[in-house]
Amino acid sequence: MTNFTPFVRSEMIDPREPPSGQQGLVRWARENLFSSPANSVLTVLGGLAILWLLMGIVPWLMHSVWNAASLSECNAIIAQTWGPDATGACWAMVRERWHQYTYGFYPMDQYWRPNLAFVLMLVALAPVLFLSLPRKMMLFSLSFPFIAYWLLWGGTIWAPIVVALGFGVMALVFRFASPKLGVPVGAGVGLLAAAAWWLLVQTPLSTALHSAIPLGLREVDSDQFGGFLLSIVIGITAISASLPLGILLALGRQSDMLLVKSLSVGFIEFIRGVPLITLLFTASLLLQYFLPPETNFDIILRVIILVTLFAAAYIAEVIRGGLAALPRGQYEAADALGLDYWQAQRLIIMPQALKISIPGIVSSFIGLFKDTTLVAFVGLMDPLKGITAVVRADINWKGIYWEPYIFAGAIFFLICFGMSRYSMWLERKLKTDHR
Amino acid sequence: MTFVSDAPKENFRLGMLIYDTRYRSLTIQVVVLVLFLLFLSWLVNNTIANLEAKDRTFDFGFLLNRAGYDINQRLVDYTNDSSHLRAGFIGLLNTLLAALVGCTIATVLGVFIGVLRLSKNWLVSRLMTVYVEVFRNVPVLLWILLAATILSETAPQPKDFRSTPEMEAAGEAPKASMLFGIIAVTNRGTVIPEPKFCLGREREACHTESLQPGSPEGGLGVIDLGIFKVSLNLLALLAVFGGSIFVNRRLVRQANATQEATGERPVIWWKSLAILTVPSMILLWVLGLHWVVPELKGFNFVGGINVAHSFTALTLALALYTAAFIAEIVRAGIQAISRGQSEAAAALGLRPGRTMNLVILPQALRVIIPPLISQYLNLTKNTSLAIAVSYMDLRGTLGGVTLNQTGKELECMLLMMGIYLTISLIISALMNMFNRAVRLKER
Repeated sequence: MTNFTPFVRSEMIDPREPPSGQQGLVRWARENLFSSPANSVLTVLGGLAILWLLMGIVPWLMHSVWNAASLSECNAIIAQTWGPDATGACWAMVRERWHQYTYGFYPMDQYWRPNLAFVLMLVALAPVLFLSLPRKMMLFSLSFPFIAYWLLWGGTIWAPIVVALGFGVMALVFRFASPKLGVPVGAGVGLLAAAAWWLLVQTPLSTALHSAIPLGLREVDSDQFGGFLLSIVIGITAISASLPLGILLALGRQSDMLLVKSLSVGFIEFIRGVPLITLLFTASLLLQYFLPPETNFDIILRVIILVTLFAAAYIAEVIRGGLAALPRGQYEAADALGLDYWQAQRLIIMPQALKISIPGIVSSFIGLFKDTTLVAFVGLMDPLKGITAVVRADINWKGIYWEPYIFAGAIFFLICFGMSRYSMWLERKLKTDHR
Repeated sequence: MTFVSDAPKENFRLGMLIYDTRYRSLTIQVVVLVLFLLFLSWLVNNTIANLEAKDRTFDFGFLLNRAGYDINQRLVDYTNDSSHLRAGFIGLLNTLLAALVGCTIATVLGVFIGVLRLSKNWLVSRLMTVYVEVFRNVPVLLWILLAATILSETAPQPKDFRSTPEMEAAGEAPKASMLFGIIAVTNRGTVIPEPKFCLGREREACHTESLQPGSPEGGLGVIDLGIFKVSLNLLALLAVFGGSIFVNRRLVRQANATQEATGERPVIWWKSLAILTVPSMILLWVLGLHWVVPELKGFNFVGGINVAHSFTALTLALALYTAAFIAEIVRAGIQAISRGQSEAAAALGLRPGRTMNLVILPQALRVIIPPLISQYLNLTKNTSLAIAVSYMDLRGTLGGVTLNQTGKELECMLLMMGIYLTISLIISALMNMFNRAVRLKER
C-alpha cells in the first residue's frame, strides 16, 4: 500500500480579480453609460450637449470683469485683455447695483432696518421650521410681524403695538366665549371685539401714547421698497397668511353645511380660474371701486391681500387632497372618542392631513414666491423686471441682459431649491410608517 | 306594569340655537348668509357711490365703439376701424393660440424629458434632472423676458441676409442665413413659409401670382362666417383627415376582433399608415399646395408669415417652463406603477415595447392625467404674462389698450375675468371627460 498524504487545503483561496472590463470605472461606464447601442448614442449626444454648453459658458465666465463703470468699459477691458473676439461677463453691473437688487430704493442710511428685520425673521422662522427648538420661541415668532412692520415702514412704535393688542383682545374674548358658545360662535364674537378695538380704540389710543412717549423711526414709503426686500416681504407675509386661510377654506369645502360649502367652492374655483395678473390689476384698479370712497390704502398691502387669497385657494385644494386621503376610520375613531369637531380636527385629522400634503403645500409656496415677481406689472419694483428695467434703462448699462437675469435668477433658484429640499427633509422626518 | 315612554319632548328654547348641535349648524349658516349678503350689498353700494362720484356709468355699450388701435399679430381680419369687441376677440384668439401651441410643445418635451429622466443612462438622467430643477425653481417671467431679450438683441437685421455682388466677388457669405433655407429669424420677427393653393389653374402662373403680397389663399377660397373667415382648404383637409381616422379606427377594431377570434394579430401598420396619409396627400395635391418661402426684397422680407418675437418668446418660455413640471408628472406616473406589473408582463412574454404600450402606459396615464390638466390650466393662465413682452393677448387688448382708452376699468376687468374663468372651466370640463374615459373601470 502506497503511502499518500491527502491534500486538504486549510485556508480559502482569495477570490480572483474580476477581468479588467468588469471593475472600477470601466465597469461603471459599461453599466451606466454604454449598456446598449441606444444608450451609447444617448451618452454621446448628452456629452456633446454638455461640451457645447461648457464651450459657451466657461470662457464667458473666465473673462469676467468686476471693475468697470459701464458696459462699454467692460467690453473694452475684455477686448484688451483677452483679444477682440473674446466674450465675457460684466459682473461690474452687479457690483454697482447690488443694493438696488436687494433693497430697491430704500434710503441708504436706513439699510440696517431691513437687515435687522431679515436676521430677526430667521430667528422667528427657526422654531416654525425645526420642531426640536424650544416652543417658547414661538412667542417671538408671533410678535415678529409687528416688529418687522415697524422696522421696515417706520413711524411710531405705538401703532403696531396697539394693533397687536387688538389680537390680544380677540384671543381673550375667544378664550372665555368658546367653552360656552362653541368654537365658531366664539371666534365670531372674538373677531367682533377685535374689530371694535381696531375701529374705535386704535387711532385715539396710539395717538395718545405717541404724544405721551414719542418713540419712532423715520417713515419709509411703500414705493421705495423694491428688489428682493419686496419679494421677501410679499412672499413671507402671503405664505404665512395663506396657510391658515387655506386650511379654513379646505374645511369649508368639506363641510356638511351647504351654504358654507358652496361659498368655499365658489371662492376657490373663481380664484383658481383667473390668472394672478388679473387679481393684481384688481388690487391696483378695482379696489378703489369696491371700497368706500376716499379710502386709499397702501399698494403693497393691497397686493399682499390679493396674493394671499390667490395662494389660499391653491393651498385649500392641496389640503383637500390630504383630507380625502385619510381613511374614514380616523374620523369615526375621533367621533368614538367623543371629540367635538374642532378637537377632532386639531388633534386627529389635521396633523395627518397636513403631513400628507406637505409636498403640495411647499410647492404652492414656491409657486407663490416665484409669482411675487408679477407685482412688477402694477408698478412695484420687483428684482426681475422692475429693477432690471431700471438698470437697463441706464445709459451705462444699456444692452446688458445675461448678467442681470442670471444674477436675479440664481438667487430665486437658491431660495426655491432650498424650500423644496427642506420639504423633502421634513417629509422624511415626519414619516412614521414602515416602508 | 309601566312602559318606558319616549323622552318628554323638550320645548324649544332660544338658547338651543347655539348650544344644541342639531340647530347650531343652521344658526351658523343663517349668520353666514346674512354676513355674506351684507358684504355683497356693501360692495355694490360702494361701487355705485364710487361710480357716481367719478361720474361714470356701468354699461358695456363702449364695446361697439371704434377701437382705433392696431394689433400687429392677428388670426382673423381686424383693422383699427373695428370695434373694441372685435379687438377683444382678436386678443382671445391670440391667448388661445399661445396656449394651444405652448401646451403642445410642453407636452411633447415634458414626456420626452420625463422618460429620459428614468433612463438607466447616468449622464442623460442627470442632465434631465438639472433641466427640471433649473426650470422649475426660477420664475417663468425670467424665461419670458430672457427669451424676448435674446431674440430681439441677437437676431440679425433683415439686411444682414443680403449678399451683394461685391461680397460674392470676395467669396464672403452674408452675415446671416435662413434656417433650413426657409425660416428667417430677424430682429423684427420670425418669417416662416406660408401655404398657398392653386385649384384648377395653370400652376406656373398661379405660383408667380401667389408671390404677390396680399394675394388670396387660392384653392377652395375662404367662407365668411360673418364674425370671421374660415379657410375652406383647411376645413376640407380636416374633414378628409377625420374620415381617415374614422376608417383607421374601424380597421384597428377589425384587427382586434380577428386577434380575439384566432389569436393571430394581422399585420396592419402599413394599411393604417396608408389610410392616414394617402387621402390627405391626394387632397393637398389636387388643391395645389405650395409654400411661399420668404424672400428678401428691399429692406425687409416679403412673402411668408411674420411671427412676432413676442409670440415666439412667450410660447417658447411657457413651454420650456411647463415642460419641467410635466416631466415630473410623467416620471411620478410611471414610477407609481409597481414593479410587479412590468415583471408580470415580462412573465407573460411581452417584449419591453409592448410592456410599455399595453401595461405601463395605460395605467400610468390614469395617474398622469389629473395633474396634467392643472398644468395645462396653469399654462393657459400664464399666457397673461404676455404683458411682459407686449404680445396682444386678451389682457393686452381688452384689459390693456381698450381699458386705458375708454377708462371702463370695472367693465373690462369683469369681462376679462369672466372670459378667463370660462376658458378654465371649459378646459377642465373637457379634460375631466377625457379622464373619465381612461379611468379604471370598476364594477
